[in-house]
Amino acid sequence: MNTHDRPGRLTPAPATDLAQALPTTPEELQILQTRLAAAAEREGILDVAYRTLDSPIGSLLIAATDTGLVRVAFAIEDHDQVLLSLSARISPRILNAPGRLDTVARELDEYFAGDRRRFDLPLDWRLSTGFRNTVLHHLPEIGYGHTASYSAVAELAGNPRASRAVGTACATNPLPVVVPCHRVVRSDGGMGGYLGGVEAKRTLLTLETAA
Amino acid sequence: MITPPFSRSCTLPDLTTAEAEASTDVTVKQPFETVVAEHGSTVLRVCRALVGTVDADDAWSETFLSALKAYPDLPAEANVQAWLVTIAHRKAIDVIRAARRRAIPTDELPETGSTSIAEPDHDLADALARLPLKQKYAVAYHYLAGLPYIDVAGVLGGSAEAARRAAADGIATLRRTYPSITRPSISTPNNSRPNNSKEQKGEHR
Repeated sequence: MNTHDRPGRLTPAPATDLAQALPTTPEELQILQTRLAAAAEREGILDVAYRTLDSPIGSLLIAATDTGLVRVAFAIEDHDQVLLSLSARISPRILNAPGRLDTVARELDEYFAGDRRRFDLPLDWRLSTGFRNTVLHHLPEIGYGHTASYSAVAELAGNPRASRAVGTACATNPLPVVVPCHRVVRSDGGMGGYLGGVEAKRTLLTLETAA
Repeated sequence: MITPPFSRSCTLPDLTTAEAEASTDVTVKQPFETVVAEHGSTVLRVCRALVGTVDADDAWSETFLSALKAYPDLPAEANVQAWLVTIAHRKAIDVIRAARRRAIPTDELPETGSTSIAEPDHDLADALARLPLKQKYAVAYHYLAGLPYIDVAGVLGGSAEAARRAAADGIATLRRTYPSITRPSISTPNNSRPNNSKEQKGEHR
């Protein structure tokens, strides 16, 4: 602290001189980071790989373990917070490593372009347990372009009176878009809530009815 | 039956609650990507100071790969920068030894900086490279990595006072070989941490 706390100091301290004598650029560091991610993947120590993806419903964070896609997160969820949560719940060995997510990104791009109606991806369900997990497993039964009410999904999941729990399952879906909780709507015709915001839900449903 | 399940319980999803809890929990470790983003530039500088530009990329890669491997076991309250420097130090020694094995016998590593004659136009990085190893380490860890001398001593072994002396000797040599670092009189930092964070910020990805 002592060298920089003096205002008006004209001559830099050795620390600044030395740092300037050994400059680094963001490009160099990007190359090293990419190399690190590849080496970590090779050595099997990359527990969570992630990247972000631009979409009609904003920036999506997608993350995968070696089992499969484990998390899709909306910008509204705060991607930094989501990564922190993945660090706590899965492992802190997390790197931005797009390679593992190539197929996921391609299928999502196709979906948003209206060219894909179902996802064919290995999924890692570890962030969802119990009845919520059961509910989420049934959601792909609601076909592309269709919707179902919370109570209808409750019935699908084997507990017709659990429509509120279905709502919770959808609201905590770790794999939105890919596991189509956006197709679950209110039985009075209302949109119902959505983790990514009601506007995002509307966009997805409109996309699916238009395609 | 008209049930609006999202109306109350579902607009505040449990996952978000869990994530909010995670963020306030001090024992939750930053994703390793954040460690790379925060410390990558400094560690690269340190590696360049220790082994030169050519081998620095390998030393950096080995350092972060090794760190990633061990990261889950790092205590949450650990000083990440000091930990990374410790790993970089070991990797640099490996690189230097490998270079020695490769080198022909007459090709001594420039370890005897005290005999070097100042060339006024010499690059500061070169002058740093010619310092005796211990001085070079001490200068890099204190001035580049910003470690207090007690942590420098932790990496090098020996006392904080010995680390301070090695860094002071190194800086004195750099002043002789690279005069612009000498003016005006620079108070050699004591055990406090030089603040180079301001300068680093602009380079974070």
